[in-house]
Amino acid sequence: MTAAAFLLLFIASLAGWFWNRHAAAAVWRRGAKLHSLPAYHGASSALAVAVPGMVLILVWLALQGAVIDWLVLASLPEAVAAGLDGGTRALMRSEIGSIARGQVFGTPEPWKLEAAAYLGTLTQTSRALLFAAVALASAFALFMARRKVSAAFRARQRVERILHGLMVLCALAAIFTTAGIVASLAFESARFFSMVPFTEFLFGTNWEPQIPMRADQVAGAGAFGWLPVILGTLVITVVAMGFSVPVGLFSAVYLNEFASPRLRSVAKPLLEMLAGIPTVVYGFFAVLTVAPALRSAASAWGIAVAPNTALAAGGVMGIMLIPFIASFADDALSAVPRALRDGSLALGATRAETVTKVLIPAAIPGIAGGVLLAVSRAIGETMIVVMAAGLIARMTINPLDSVTTVTVQIVTLLIGDTAFDNPKTLAAFALGLMLFLVTLAINVLALRLVRKYREIYD
Amino acid sequence: MTRFNPGLLRRRRRREFTLRALGFSALALAALMLFLLIGSLVATGWQAFTQTHIRIEFPVSAERVKPEEIARGNYRALVQDAMQAALPALPAAEARKLSSILSNAAQFRLRDAVVADPSLIGRSVTLTVPVSDPFDQLNKGLVLRDTPEANRRLNNAEIAAFDTLAAQGLVSRPINWALLTNADSRFPELAGLRGALVGSFYALATCFLLAFPLGIGAAIYLQEFAPKSRLSDIIEININNLAAVPSVVFGLLALAVFLGWFGMPRSSPFVGGLTLALMTLPTIIIATRAALIAVPPSIREAAMGIGASRQQVVFHHVLPLAMPGIMTGTIIGLAQALGETAPLLLIGMNAFLTAAPATPFDASTALPTQIFLWADSPERGFVSRTSAAILVLLAFLAAMNALAIFLRARFERKW
Repeated sequence: MTAAAFLLLFIASLAGWFWNRHAAAAVWRRGAKLHSLPAYHGASSALAVAVPGMVLILVWLALQGAVIDWLVLASLPEAVAAGLDGGTRALMRSEIGSIARGQVFGTPEPWKLEAAAYLGTLTQTSRALLFAAVALASAFALFMARRKVSAAFRARQRVERILHGLMVLCALAAIFTTAGIVASLAFESARFFSMVPFTEFLFGTNWEPQIPMRADQVAGAGAFGWLPVILGTLVITVVAMGFSVPVGLFSAVYLNEFASPRLRSVAKPLLEMLAGIPTVVYGFFAVLTVAPALRSAASAWGIAVAPNTALAAGGVMGIMLIPFIASFADDALSAVPRALRDGSLALGATRAETVTKVLIPAAIPGIAGGVLLAVSRAIGETMIVVMAAGLIARMTINPLDSVTTVTVQIVTLLIGDTAFDNPKTLAAFALGLMLFLVTLAINVLALRLVRKYREIYD
Repeated sequence: MTRFNPGLLRRRRRREFTLRALGFSALALAALMLFLLIGSLVATGWQAFTQTHIRIEFPVSAERVKPEEIARGNYRALVQDAMQAALPALPAAEARKLSSILSNAAQFRLRDAVVADPSLIGRSVTLTVPVSDPFDQLNKGLVLRDTPEANRRLNNAEIAAFDTLAAQGLVSRPINWALLTNADSRFPELAGLRGALVGSFYALATCFLLAFPLGIGAAIYLQEFAPKSRLSDIIEININNLAAVPSVVFGLLALAVFLGWFGMPRSSPFVGGLTLALMTLPTIIIATRAALIAVPPSIREAAMGIGASRQQVVFHHVLPLAMPGIMTGTIIGLAQALGETAPLLLIGMNAFLTAAPATPFDASTALPTQIFLWADSPERGFVSRTSAAILVLLAFLAAMNALAIFLRARFERKW
């Protein structure tokens, strides 16, 4: 029925298009001088039908669930409704919902069956009403639009105004996304910090989020100090950067200064391939190949290495970041003005001396910006560490040990049962907020560095 | 007063050589890593593209299957009967136990065959059915026969029985189409990617339908119409920053807003597509703006000159010329979205489901989350399935990128 409403709206706006275009063309054939082309009369009608209709459907769909829930719960018998708090109410609602879908387990109380039947009729009615409302609104809009057709009607201006408004809305979508991220993270984190003190979270050195979900479960007492988690993130990031910065930088220098065009045409797509591989693939590579190889190599040298050592996750993350750093460094080196390079070579410097003494110092802000963006990537990278890093938070900076990261904790806390009134779940949002703030700060700094550097030579 | 110093020159040349060597070895290292990555995936994954089958004759006795209740016959016992008949040299009880050679699906295949053709009752039917995972591994040489029996997944009797069947020419290893046409399963030999492929398709379709118009609208506004104002600046900075927000944060947004506040269905490709659309939006906006800038001003001026309005200039002249660039950017954005995993995990698209979703609103997995699920599965058979699933994903990504490159080469114009 909802799909039918969309279809109806589409047909109605199509009809509006043809009807008004035809009418405008008829006016023109009678010898009047139209202000706008017939097609604009058609488009004006189509938009007049489609835009309000779309808003109607979306608002209806957004509100329908809440209204129906409220009506169903209001219809419950007094004796049942009185003893309900938030959690059991939600549970009751989902039970009634599954009965209405025909999934009946055991023999539910008669009032539940009644409520389910009521829910069914309400849903049916709502859908039918929506269809009727869309039909009425479209018909009304069609006739109003048709009455406007005349030689003097400024249809083009009207269409362009509506399109302009729609485009502004599209541009604002990015703002809405950021606002949604900030609002959801801040809201859920605020609830977390009402349960766990802010200072404990920020300065605590103990992270044991596995607290009991129910009273009868056996689990730890719970501790929410994020320092070991962010320390683990930093260990893995340092390992990743330690691998990717030299490799990426030297690759860029070689490609920019020494490589023949033929090698360049092979190596560039190769690096792009590395960049295009999804992170879940890198994660599997770390588990399948890198971690066992590291372990057997280390045991051959007589060093004990944890099965999910930070070296494996960090190293594979480093591979992932090579193309990222190489492309930023390549851009930065290419942007150094030709005159600097020529001047250095003309003074008799070798190519290597030109690179190390002139080009890299000149390109350093751009390179630093790229490295910073890579650091932010490494901190926010999720799948590699979820698959290859550990789960237990330790205060250690030994990369041979197993460490955990912010993103690993977010994912493990939220996979499976999620109840939104539990510090265990909400802790993930607090971690997410910190992750967002840290990466945002690094990104802003990096983008500013890159831009400032570009301005110097432009 | 400097004099020619051969030692200095040699040192300078050596430094030049060192830098060159370092650069080249860095590149070679990157290439080696790519080679290792692809190589290890192919080495473990190629065997999942075939699956060992056994052709075996099932006697359908009327005792086990009543003609009036065909669907509810004792097909498990029929499979055991068949194994007893296929291994006449062994004692009956042992031979019946060896029905574990066949996949769990054998009894259902047999049931379907009998339901489709009830005249089979009382006769026998020959079917080719997949073997169970340990025997599949044995046939592919992944279970080594010379490991001591205690450390092996199959004991000597089981291997001997399998060899007897193989000696009769009943064992075959055709291409494993089930990998693409089956949905997920607990049994590796039956698990396939159908649910993940359909789920990924729905999610990408939702993502495209949302992000493409939104992205183009936003880009046109910012590039062609936005006044130089504070708001435009904020939107610009915001889009650049949004492109660098970690993907897992988008998952948190989806979990709190789409699932928590709006009550959208959990695990559904629709919600996954919405989330991916938000992530793809900056990519499409940036690509579209680049494509719009690339259209030369002479086109705009010519259109303006013959009296087109500003919107007519954009929609009738600039946008069509920018379309190849926009499509290329969109396809690359969608390819990134196809490989994105973390946000989908948070909205629950890693559920174990044995059927493909019928609509975008049903619970489903996606290709990358299916890979994550399989990578976590303890059964040995899932290691090569995971690699195979990754190869399938990489094939899709390669195809999409090839399409983007083709579009760029074919339609992009240089002025």
